Amino acid sequence: MTDKLTWKDMEVGNIVKEAGNACFRRTGDWRTERPILDKDKCIKCALCWLYCPDASIKPGEDGYYEADLYYCKGCAICARICPVEAISMTEEEER
Amino acid sequence: MSRRVALEASHAVAEATRMADVDVISAYPITPQTHIPERLAEMVADGDLDAAYIPVESEHSAMSACLGAAAVGARTFTATAGQGLELMHEVVYVASAMRYPVIMAVANRALSAPLSVWGDHSDAMAVRDTGWIQVFCQNSQEAFDLTIWAFRVGEDPQVLLPVMVHLDGFTLSHVTEPVLLPEQSEVDRFLPRYHYRFALNPDQPMTHGAFGPPEIYAETKLAQAVVFDNCKKTILQGWQEFRDVFGRHYNPVEEYRTENAETLLLTIGSFTETAKIVVDARREKGEAVGLISLRLWRPFPFEEFRRAVRGAKTLIVFERAISFGLGGPVVAEVRSALYDEETRPKVASIIGGLGGRDMSEEDFEYVIDRGREVAEKGSDRVLETVGIRGESEALKR
Amino acid sequence: MAITEVKFGDRLLTSKEFLAEGHNFCIGCGEPMAIRMVLKTLGENVIMAMATGCDEVTTTPLPYTSWRIPWMHTLFENTAAEISGVEAGLKILMKKGRIPERRITCIAMAGDGGTSDIGLQALSGALERGHDFVYICLDNEAYMNTGIQRSSSTPYGASTTTAPAGKMSMGQITRKKNIVAIAAAHGIPYVATASPSYHFDLMRKVRKAADTKGPAYVHILTPCPTGWRCGGDITVQIGQLAVQTGVFPLYEIEHGRYRLNADPPRLKPIEEYLKLQGRYRHLTDDHVAIIQEMVNEDYAGLKEKAACFPVEAKE
Repeated sequence: MTDKLTWKDMEVGNIVKEAGNACFRRTGDWRTERPILDKDKCIKCALCWLYCPDASIKPGEDGYYEADLYYCKGCAICARICPVEAISMTEEEER
Repeated sequence: MSRRVALEASHAVAEATRMADVDVISAYPITPQTHIPERLAEMVADGDLDAAYIPVESEHSAMSACLGAAAVGARTFTATAGQGLELMHEVVYVASAMRYPVIMAVANRALSAPLSVWGDHSDAMAVRDTGWIQVFCQNSQEAFDLTIWAFRVGEDPQVLLPVMVHLDGFTLSHVTEPVLLPEQSEVDRFLPRYHYRFALNPDQPMTHGAFGPPEIYAETKLAQAVVFDNCKKTILQGWQEFRDVFGRHYNPVEEYRTENAETLLLTIGSFTETAKIVVDARREKGEAVGLISLRLWRPFPFEEFRRAVRGAKTLIVFERAISFGLGGPVVAEVRSALYDEETRPKVASIIGGLGGRDMSEEDFEYVIDRGREVAEKGSDRVLETVGIRGESEALKR
Repeated sequence: MAITEVKFGDRLLTSKEFLAEGHNFCIGCGEPMAIRMVLKTLGENVIMAMATGCDEVTTTPLPYTSWRIPWMHTLFENTAAEISGVEAGLKILMKKGRIPERRITCIAMAGDGGTSDIGLQALSGALERGHDFVYICLDNEAYMNTGIQRSSSTPYGASTTTAPAGKMSMGQITRKKNIVAIAAAHGIPYVATASPSYHFDLMRKVRKAADTKGPAYVHILTPCPTGWRCGGDITVQIGQLAVQTGVFPLYEIEHGRYRLNADPPRLKPIEEYLKLQGRYRHLTDDHVAIIQEMVNEDYAGLKEKAACFPVEAKE
């Protein structure tokens, strides 16, 4: 997208006016393993949500917290800190 | 009703800043600029100026604090000289690239080593490429006027660029002269309230200062160059409006007795006034000598400069800095500006007034005579200078 | 119905992400972990100035930004000076009635390089002048952004690219600069150490810092899997061990008085912390023993300073 921009598209002082516009970036491409949630074990403590460095774990309507695979980098922090071991990591599929 | 008061140029700058209702002053003292922040601090302490005075711990922080204040939409001012300008060097580039209209007075001072607190233009020459609008003052009235004008132009929504107001260290900064001070209402008429449409605030979260990967950096720099080119319009408009309100007219290049001048002397800054006396003396004797003074330094006033020198046979540049290995920095720009002209004068440069070395009328007499000689026949010296003991023996290898 | 809050323990934290998803932080990085907690505590009425460093380059490659708060970056060493200008600018503009009066927390955020080394002068100046702001140092113990070069925050014995372990060297031979004490020496009202592994403690301290009138300094240890050469999955555990071994104690300094927040009855052996990190793998048993001495010494010294506020022994 950047390579379509000319000098005319530069904002004054190169200010970026649109807050958080980097969120289109699919960092999910980075991972080699992905988290799987066992809803039977999950106690909805939200620790994984708080600790995810990538803010990819989102609160769901059903009260569970699940990783948004668009962003999840597969760091496995959520799996390691879950107090009831409800999250396990599995190898990412081949594309 | 204007009042005529005796004001040191430094104090004239401070007074202009006060009348401009500056919001934030962030400065570090350095000779010979000290009278500017001191007077401003006094004004704030006495309640004559409602501004935040940040007594920063270095010039690098002085300019950095200005950036922070400008980012939230404050009218900002700082002042420095010599080593201080050098210390904030990297921040100076950032101010212009980020389009923060910081106004800065520079009491031009020689650069170390050896340490010198006295005046010359080496500090100004070091910041030519920084993207700031730059003007040089000749006297205290200009110091006052150009400071007010600087706020008007820098903060203009079409411009949004920082402005440097240069005044010679000691020979102008510390000189008391009569200054016509306008009414506050006149200043308010000329200088609108500053409204920065990109001010950082929680209601509209913006990012200032994202970094530039190679895919985009070049485009940002071209954009900056275009803005800088366009700002000339507002510079001239600002001077036009200044005349309308205050009655005094400024232009990018001042021409003094240049009609039919065969020999032109080019000066910058306060020594212009001494040089003018010598030009008068020459004219008395019937010599076709004139003077041009560069008031606008950046953007370089190509148009006005070329027009001013048209017709002259010889142009002698008097300058106050050395670019080691190159020669005079100003003459290099002058030659570059004239290179493509169909007819152009022969050009010579004489360097003097370094590190507080004064220039007398006799010195300018020498500059004109020696300058003509050098323009005609060339020079066997490493540098053509005036007033440096042993200079005639500093020959090229 | 959109979910705006998350019930976390007995609190409600905003579900809003002020640091947007899709940033370029390394896998498992402690910095975004800490930043998310800081911003969920402080909310949107902030203005942040950030230094050049990991957190700046991973979040703002033109023309994109990961920030959903007003944010600025200029250079590496001037964050504290920059925020001084923001703070003074806001104050005077509100005073003059140019902008509406409101509470805006000014935050300066920088890494250990931008704080303890190149940024030390600006920090000292801002603290001395008494600006009302919060300075947060995200300490990953080296100049990580430029390639894991040593800083004055790099601990004794750690290997970095400019103080590497080699045949003639054991890595860092100097001890970690105590920037926390330096901040406190300026006589500012509030100083604290924090770790994202202790989230409630961190959030409480950030809140306290923001509510403090005048300068506040919070030093957060943010583990760096890339530079510390440990798994990206054990960031939280590493942080916990840093506290539990006494390497990075959690404490506050309020108006010069030290208060230890956690004092385990027995510190875990330093070995448990070091063995998880590749930057220490060259250390001999002797080195480890020396490091253990140093930790014991420093911890005892800290306890002495904090003696006036005895703390219950709990994790």
